Amino acid sequence: MATTSPTELRAGQQATGRVRIAALLQRQGALIALVLLVLFGALRYEGFLGGYNITEVLRYNSMFGLIALGMTFVIMTGGIDLSVGGVAALASVLAALLSPYGMLPAVVVPVLAGLLVGLLNGVVIARLAIPPFITTLATLLAARGMALILANNASVSVDSGAGFASISLGSVFSIPLPDGAFNVTIPLLVLLVAYALGSLALNYTRFGRHVLAVGGNEEAARLMGLPVARIKISVYAINGALAALAGVILAALTFTGLPTEGLGWELSAIAAVVVGGTLLTGGMGSVGATLVGVLLLGLIFNILNFENGRGVVSLSAYWQSVIRGVFLLVVIILQNRLAGRRQ
Amino acid sequence: MSEPLLRMEHISKAFPGVIALSDAHLSIAPGEAHALVGQNGAGKSTMIKVLTGVYRRDSGTIIFDGRAVDFHSPQQAQANGVSTIYQEVNLVPFRSVAENIFMGREPRRWGLIDWRRMNADAAALLQRFGVDTDVTQPLLNLNIAIQQMVAIARAVSFKSKLVVMDEPTSSLDEREVATLFDVIRQLKADGVAVLFISHRLDELYAICDRVTIMRDGQTVDERQLSAISQLELVARMLGKELGEVQRSGQTGFDLSGYQAEQTLLEARGLRRGRALQGADVSVGAGEIVGLAGLLGAGRTEVARAIFGADPIDAGEIRMAGRTAQFRAPSDAIRAGIGFCSEDRKAEGIIPFMSVRENLTLAALPALARSGIVSRERQQQLVERFIKRLGIKTSGPEQKVRELSGGNQQKVLLARWLCLNPRLLILDEPTRGIDVGAKGEIQSLINELAGQGLGVLMISSEIEELTEGSHRVVVLRDGRTVAELPHAEISQDAIMAAMAHGAETPDTVQGEAHDQP
Repeated sequence: MATTSPTELRAGQQATGRVRIAALLQRQGALIALVLLVLFGALRYEGFLGGYNITEVLRYNSMFGLIALGMTFVIMTGGIDLSVGGVAALASVLAALLSPYGMLPAVVVPVLAGLLVGLLNGVVIARLAIPPFITTLATLLAARGMALILANNASVSVDSGAGFASISLGSVFSIPLPDGAFNVTIPLLVLLVAYALGSLALNYTRFGRHVLAVGGNEEAARLMGLPVARIKISVYAINGALAALAGVILAALTFTGLPTEGLGWELSAIAAVVVGGTLLTGGMGSVGATLVGVLLLGLIFNILNFENGRGVVSLSAYWQSVIRGVFLLVVIILQNRLAGRRQ
Repeated sequence: MSEPLLRMEHISKAFPGVIALSDAHLSIAPGEAHALVGQNGAGKSTMIKVLTGVYRRDSGTIIFDGRAVDFHSPQQAQANGVSTIYQEVNLVPFRSVAENIFMGREPRRWGLIDWRRMNADAAALLQRFGVDTDVTQPLLNLNIAIQQMVAIARAVSFKSKLVVMDEPTSSLDEREVATLFDVIRQLKADGVAVLFISHRLDELYAICDRVTIMRDGQTVDERQLSAISQLELVARMLGKELGEVQRSGQTGFDLSGYQAEQTLLEARGLRRGRALQGADVSVGAGEIVGLAGLLGAGRTEVARAIFGADPIDAGEIRMAGRTAQFRAPSDAIRAGIGFCSEDRKAEGIIPFMSVRENLTLAALPALARSGIVSRERQQQLVERFIKRLGIKTSGPEQKVRELSGGNQQKVLLARWLCLNPRLLILDEPTRGIDVGAKGEIQSLINELAGQGLGVLMISSEIEELTEGSHRVVVLRDGRTVAELPHAEISQDAIMAAMAHGAETPDTVQGEAHDQP
């Protein structure tokens, strides 16, 4: 009997080459857009590539970067976490309230609180099989409410004398650039360390690979014997802790615990993750791409500010929402078409 | 036979309202390929799930590799040497080939994944089956056959002694099946036993040594495949004796008085992937055409193709003499076709809605004037159909989920009849319906045909086909293999066609199949 050799069977793979190119474009698309945006800014605006601007953009966006990192893992399992804004607000209030007692409690306690909210999310989602959307909507409301109660419905000032404030002021080291020095601030350092660890976890640990497996085909992951529930609980817990860390940075940057801040942060984070190229349906994604997504969305805002500074046109800050929204829609449509072609 | 590798004895399993297995047996020798066959609902998959720890058995013993076992999960079964390859490849599409093989057991160094070793091990493992592929590419880049090999490689890497393959060929083409069979031969040569489930009889005969036949949750026969003919195998599956009296008189059909009228539907050379490979069906006005075939022969696929629910690769559909191109079910409905699907619960009734709402769902546009549905006309329509079909309900506002299966089916029939269809496709119209209601549904079908409605009736119950059809079309592996006019309909003829294809040379065969 003449049977087919597997090499012949491989011929069928060629047809999917286009998918691979498209996937590459999709993943690198955000990076290409980021490079173009930076070039545009550098040519058009004075001081865009200056040390001051770079420092500020990176410091401010470190908060979104942390949340988007956690959100990347959540989305890679096929889930979603809407509670991050509330958790960040709660953490900022806790940090401000605890700031008189020194750096350590003002950082550790809020992060633990965020971890707890995340654990609650994860347990409810994984063990009780409640959809993530509903679960985290509920904890968003609860965390926000708790922040308002603790803050007595007002902003809470950070004790500037007790060391906590140095988080925002401190610079680990500086690189002299035109228009001021580029400072590697503590928030930026935290962000970089978090992304390095996140990337390592995703690519070189079982946990990271299993996160992708759960999002790619949960039933298969279960049949392969992976601890699906534990993996899900872990990603929500991590995301809660990272959102709280963002809240701590918020308090340090503004010298205030802000119970009403963080509105829409979950959406910004989701947008950054998706724009970076992580599939909203789970199973495929990259940590580095999320960082690109965060910077891309952050630069849109930055460029809007510069544009207004030129005084030719005056675009309200709300335009950034419109631009981000349209951008996100385009990316999701592209993703959907790619996914459709794979079927 | 030497001491069997697996012995499942006196296995029983009941679900609420259903006895899935009662005193079933299965015995497999080391290194043999063993076929497990049976109709839908015979208990094959329950048997496998009991073996692999998905279900707990109510009673019975399982001896595997010389000791009594009681697996609590597929993982535990796998760790003990029983791996399962599922019908749909159960791997993670976006992950690499190597990752899919070693998922959960990734080799590590210093706590981090050792990619180099994982890739090398995966490549070596696949090489054993003659598969030479880049193990770092995502699984979705590979065709289904190679994906299947990856699943098998994963299974074998657990040092399996028994690999259960649940319809592994259903999405493979013939070349791919040949490659899979090479792998199965390799496994057998290595002393690994294979439990093979497939509805394609030719495949069973090509690769398997012995067969266990199940029906109604029981093991009805266990044979060497070389000692049982395909026809006998089919007869055992269906629970019929060859040459059994044809008319049982237990169904509600009465076919006297049908005169052949003009052809209503004509479908020729329908092709779709591997599921349909040249199916021909025609139905006349007022005619009941039975569509017969084993599970997986393509009966439902034919119905869905005609109804516009699935696109076809090739073939022609004519409705009332005009070429029809149904891009979606709405096109088919407009042309006067109705389709009661097999799975009432998933695709038909909306359980929490009332009889009235369920019944008039499809007719709402017709009942509305400028977008507003007239409650009065809706009410009249509903009451008329409740009376006409004898739907047993406390009233139009009763929730459909509270009705019996037979009455739910009547509501569905009424939903289509509201639209005055010319052709009704019924997929297993009496499945899961108690005997009394079954007869009522059957006589209703009969009555509707008497009023000129064309009916295409898919059924796995052979009496329903022999007694309820003016003509029977038999499908096998996606092909029309026989068309039996009323005088030639018999259980034996239908079973023979299911088993072998056209036993008698048939006119349908030649014409349409050579078309590209």
